[in-house]
Amino acid sequence: MWRYVVPLVLFLGIGVLFWRGLGMNPNYVPSALVGKPIPTFSLPSVTNPQEIVSTETLAGHVSLVNVWGTWCVECRHEHGFLLELARAGVPIYGLNVRDDRAAAIDWLSRLGDPYVSSGFDPDNKAGIEWGVTGAPETFLIGRDGTILHKHISPLTPRIWQRDFLPLLKEHCGPGDCPFLAAVGGS
Amino acid sequence: MKALALVSAVWLALASCAFGALAQEGFDDPALNERYRALISEIRCPKCLNESIAESKAPVAAELRREIRRLMGEGASDDEIKEFLASRYGEFVLYRPPLTLKTFAVWAAPFALFVVGAFVFWRILAARLRQPLDDEPLDEGPPS
Amino acid sequence: MIPEFGQLALALALCLALVQGTLPLVGAARGRADWMAVARPAAAGQFVFVAIAFGALVYAFLSDDFSVLFVAQHSNSALPVFYKATAAWGGHEGSMLLWIAVLAVWTLAVAAGSRSQPQEFSSRVLGVLGIVSAGVIAFALLTSNPFTRLIPAAADGNDLNPLLQDPGMIFHPPTLYVGYVGMAVPFAFAVAALLTGRLDKNWAKWTRPWTVVAWLFLTGGITLGSWWAYYELGWGGWWFWDPVENSSFMPWLMATALLHSLAVTERRGIFKSWTVLLAIAAFSLSLLGTFLTRAGVMISVHAFASDPTRGLFILGLLAIFSGGALALYAARARNLEAEGGFKLVSREAFLLANNVLLVIATGVVLLGTLAPLIVEALGLGKISVGPPYFNLMFLLPALPLVALIGVGMHAGWRMMPGDALARRLRGPAVAALAIGVAAPFVFFDSASVLTTFAVSIALWVALSSLLDPMRRLVFRTGAPLTRGQIGMSLAHFGVGVFMLGATVASAYNFERDFAARPGDTIEAGGYEIVFNGIRSVEGPNFVADEAEIELRDGDELIGILRPQVRTYRVQTEPMTEAAIDTNMLRDVFVALGEPLGDNAWSLRLRVKPLIRLLWIGAGLMALGGLVAVTDKRYRVAVRQPAPAAAQPVEAA
Repeated sequence: MWRYVVPLVLFLGIGVLFWRGLGMNPNYVPSALVGKPIPTFSLPSVTNPQEIVSTETLAGHVSLVNVWGTWCVECRHEHGFLLELARAGVPIYGLNVRDDRAAAIDWLSRLGDPYVSSGFDPDNKAGIEWGVTGAPETFLIGRDGTILHKHISPLTPRIWQRDFLPLLKEHCGPGDCPFLAAVGGS
Repeated sequence: MKALALVSAVWLALASCAFGALAQEGFDDPALNERYRALISEIRCPKCLNESIAESKAPVAAELRREIRRLMGEGASDDEIKEFLASRYGEFVLYRPPLTLKTFAVWAAPFALFVVGAFVFWRILAARLRQPLDDEPLDEGPPS
Repeated sequence: MIPEFGQLALALALCLALVQGTLPLVGAARGRADWMAVARPAAAGQFVFVAIAFGALVYAFLSDDFSVLFVAQHSNSALPVFYKATAAWGGHEGSMLLWIAVLAVWTLAVAAGSRSQPQEFSSRVLGVLGIVSAGVIAFALLTSNPFTRLIPAAADGNDLNPLLQDPGMIFHPPTLYVGYVGMAVPFAFAVAALLTGRLDKNWAKWTRPWTVVAWLFLTGGITLGSWWAYYELGWGGWWFWDPVENSSFMPWLMATALLHSLAVTERRGIFKSWTVLLAIAAFSLSLLGTFLTRAGVMISVHAFASDPTRGLFILGLLAIFSGGALALYAARARNLEAEGGFKLVSREAFLLANNVLLVIATGVVLLGTLAPLIVEALGLGKISVGPPYFNLMFLLPALPLVALIGVGMHAGWRMMPGDALARRLRGPAVAALAIGVAAPFVFFDSASVLTTFAVSIALWVALSSLLDPMRRLVFRTGAPLTRGQIGMSLAHFGVGVFMLGATVASAYNFERDFAARPGDTIEAGGYEIVFNGIRSVEGPNFVADEAEIELRDGDELIGILRPQVRTYRVQTEPMTEAAIDTNMLRDVFVALGEPLGDNAWSLRLRVKPLIRLLWIGAGLMALGGLVAVTDKRYRVAVRQPAPAAAQPVEAA
């Protein structure tokens, strides 16, 4: 006789699942690279083709890698905050994808250049190694070259506080992150 | 409908044609081309509203297709290509969920449903076999 | 003013729906005829006000009233008149109003057709429909009001999504909704039966025609949607197992099972709890579809703009309607059990297998659709389950099911000698197997085991369905066919035709992308494609690059195709309009891609053999349903007035 309850039980299970589902974001795709070492890549810099931005450049210190392009409208929304972080001493490396070099150089000179240097990746070849789908995307890299976090969409003070600072505090050894005090960590 | 063999011959003959120099999204070899088309229809565009990279017009879809063509040209197998993509974009981009411990239930579920269904069918039939057929006269044919 | 009238009318409709949903039900429980009698007038009144509300929305669109937010979001002054009217359901709020309107029409029809039913029962049916209406109207008014004003008014609108500016848009949503929402009717009948505590052959006879009509519209609606996606989206696919597509398919599977289960209940008075459960399941899956489409829980191109608040409300509606009905089922279904034996080789046994296999099929689709959500909710990351999974797994129940159709429709009730059945079916079986194995090799040069198997089964069902009509119409043996039997044969024949089209089009699909310059000739897929050039054309609200393509077979010109890439003036995302040359044997599909520089363009060619059979087969299924429902036994029942007491009248 209990078989008549089975449909109700199944329905309640599905109901609970949907309840949970309402709190989840279907558009959020977690990065497959978090916890893994940064991929191997080597790109000429946007501003100076002789200079190289590569895996070696990022080695040995905590940094951000920010994916940007002049075609990316949303990148302008975070540009101001990136400049702030750069002024506070955060090393930010750029990954300039799907772009035209002249336009990129012009953008940086007009709007300010928060990057230590930006890799020029017009075909998104290196970007694919990083799992880049578009811009803006920002990676937090640890001292040992591990990708600690990936954020898709513009970087704002709120997100910096909520997602990046806790990881920085956790992963910065003494002297690793001289900028920490200036950007909100204490 | 011309036989596939004849068409393949025509393709190979055309392989030397002028427009081979232009960006072509496919392979001249029909077998390779079919494998390519099948593969790209199984990869999900990581940025779209549920489309494969075969259909999607997004830039990342075109870039992933390019990478797949490159890997196929280097001789990678389908599994290796999927591994390449999943390690960079997550299992999310595989429309055919790989058979792992996590997804075992997903692949096993239809078979489990079958077993349960067969059991249910048998139980009900067994009960009905024991019940009397009604007093009404048997039918001659099968009206609806 | 008109939009405010519309909103007021909707609010009044809610009041009437609340009345319709409470008084008759309480009246039935207490035996108060005057309260039960409220049902029909309340339903009629609700219909009037819903019609006014819907009319007000359409009027706002047709009069370019951009002070209404929904109109400003989905219309534009340059939009052709046809699309202005259909834009009324081009977004979430308007489509909910369509949902409500369709339900009001169904309710009115049920109210009008319920005169032959005992009042205690019909008032419960209308009462349940009233509760459903009230819930959905409340949802619309509280979370999804299409009449919200935009102040200050927009100068012009955002235009209708270009994908929706197409004739398919006029027919697909309303047809689909008539089917989808129509599942509320058998649901109401089932709940009423559970409330009454009685379910007999008459109940099945009353429920069946409503179910068939809803089913045939659902069949038509899904088919139209599939066909529309095929020619509109530009890549030649016709089913993607997208969550929203699945949420229209699952109710269809359950409705098909319900149809067949009702046949057994009508005939033998058994399978009652099956039938009730299937009726509840079909409507619940409809609601589930409404949830998935609008709650922002799953990603889909078909999904409306999402909002967790709306999702929560719909979840609440699901809990009340489905949860309530299933709780009632858990409590009362055991009272429905009835004796009625049958043998292994009998129509009942086949229909039991039919029920089980369709439930398994629905389970496979449901599990595949929800699996990513389940995996993520368990914190195990994000996976995708797409066509490769569904195409394979769905065949597990589907192939045996279709094979059994061919046998089951010839089985007699209660018992049938197995050898008589075998003798009758030997001919079609052998023919199907022979053709099914040989034909793929003859026409296409190679075939996988699965393909020959599927083709054989498709042919088998088709031939088996023709057996009885041929026998009676050509050889003049046996009793004359009723419309019910003709409908059944037609629908099952349609299944075979559909399956043949789907199998061949999928297995022997040819696709290739090319780069071509004007003047180039490409040989592929057995044809020559002559690219004559590109010109610019202007439409009412778009500009387009149009290619002229000659399709040739050797020296013969088959047709001129003009695929376009349109850029709409307001929503500037480029849109592909494919050009299709179609005949019974194949579709040749050419789409224009991007300019590749150097005067070259990318062209997409698809050749899909026998794909027409897919749409024709589905159409035959719906037609079969239509023929079956006009069977005279349903027409006679409507004309008789309600008996004073609820006596189970023996079916004729």
